[in-house]
Amino acid sequence: MAEAAGVAAEFFASNRARAARAVLDQVVLPGEELLLPEQEDGEGPGGAGERPLRLNAGARSRVRVVCGPGLRRCGDRLLVTKCGRLRHREPGGGGGGVYWVDSQQKRYVPVKGDHVIGIVTAKSGDIFKVDVGGSEPASLSYLAFEGATKRNRPNVQVGDLIYGQFVVANKDMEPEMVCIDSCGRANGMGVIGQDGLLFKVTLGLIRKLLAPDCEILQEVGKLYPLEIVFGMNGRIWVKAKTIQQTLILANILEACEHMTADQRKQIFSRLAES
Amino acid sequence: MEAAMQNEAKICAESKTESGPRGPGCSLRHFACEQNLLSRPDGSASFLQGDTSVLAGVYGPAEVKVSKEIFNKATLEVILRPKTGLPGVAEKSRERLIRNTCEAVVLGALHPRTSITVVLQVVSDAGSLLACCLNAACMALVDAGVPMRALFCGVTCALDSGGTLMLDPTAKQEKEARAVLTFALDSVERKLLMSTTKGLYSDAELQQCLAAAQTASQHVFRFYRESLQRRYSKS
Repeated sequence: MAEAAGVAAEFFASNRARAARAVLDQVVLPGEELLLPEQEDGEGPGGAGERPLRLNAGARSRVRVVCGPGLRRCGDRLLVTKCGRLRHREPGGGGGGVYWVDSQQKRYVPVKGDHVIGIVTAKSGDIFKVDVGGSEPASLSYLAFEGATKRNRPNVQVGDLIYGQFVVANKDMEPEMVCIDSCGRANGMGVIGQDGLLFKVTLGLIRKLLAPDCEILQEVGKLYPLEIVFGMNGRIWVKAKTIQQTLILANILEACEHMTADQRKQIFSRLAES
Repeated sequence: MEAAMQNEAKICAESKTESGPRGPGCSLRHFACEQNLLSRPDGSASFLQGDTSVLAGVYGPAEVKVSKEIFNKATLEVILRPKTGLPGVAEKSRERLIRNTCEAVVLGALHPRTSITVVLQVVSDAGSLLACCLNAACMALVDAGVPMRALFCGVTCALDSGGTLMLDPTAKQEKEARAVLTFALDSVERKLLMSTTKGLYSDAELQQCLAAAQTASQHVFRFYRESLQRRYSKS
């Protein structure tokens, strides 16, 4: 029994919570606990929680830290729930910034404010049921289009592609989406036109392509003139002048996930020549 | 083109009383793990322990039938298919053990009224099958991005008639053993999540096996960490 207790103590020591700052951009595993910067004083070199006495007790500032995807609040600490790289963004104004875990996933979970591509699966009364790749279909009211009134209904059929954003998306309710922004304008949302190709990629690739400093899109644009729509649910719709060009673009975007920058440039230059 | 990643590591564990054909100092067999090898499921993993190999696929959080939905958490389903023949009672009981382990660890409250399905296919069985299934299920759940509060692993111990303890027994060792014990341990404090035992053993022997399994699980978790770090270092 003694060895078991000794071994258990050693395990406890190795699983002590680490400071979030120390593991930034490193791979974190589910079950790890992270300490926020303001709590590191208590776990100083003394280990027993020695803290210098402060003359003004109220001077410890409490910063508000936002817990992003992959992290949960567990007491005063952050509990990691998904495997991935820990990221941090400094805040613009006051506050402690945002911490989140960059993980690779294929399944989409609806989030409020996300722009997604959905497929209309049913029309029942005044709402459309739209499949967005989540656990249940989202509902879209026929009045949620630009210029739609009770008399002037939008021309949406079953099987159409819709680009919209979520206004209600939480774990307890059915997700609801709309095709207008808060001012009542379409702003690019609505029914996606004829032809083109819809295909699915991982969520991480979509975020990579939509990042402000991504050159893949510019390179693709120089190759052929194209129309492209990215949905945060992992769906991309692309349309070029001919079917062959459309298929080439779809294959390039799917392959971008696994290629390095050099390989990509090689493929683009080869295609530009031909 | 698949983002398959292979990670092989030879893991050795010191155990207090160990003997066997593997030689001194080595108690666990060779491990290998591959993730994201199937294109249809949301997460997949293949786990290899010696000659035992299990393929796991995870779908979720996905739609659930109204008859099976739970209002405040996700419905977890485990399907275990044997290598040959139709699934029988033994598979059903193993499915239940794996499901109870996963339910203890997966944060189902974040996805109410959805279903998370784990499908396991036995590719080859050469001993310690349940432990291999648990490891494959854990890696597949991590690959699918299902939120979990800890990782878990399975370790099998066998006690032979002389009282010597063998970790990760082969099929022959399991058949000749007096008792076979399988434990599922979590990664945070090496707590026991599930245990299933078959055979004759004393109370002291149970504690001894549990301690040996906790030591061995340290190596399995280290292997998980290396494997996942290698996967994320490619992107």
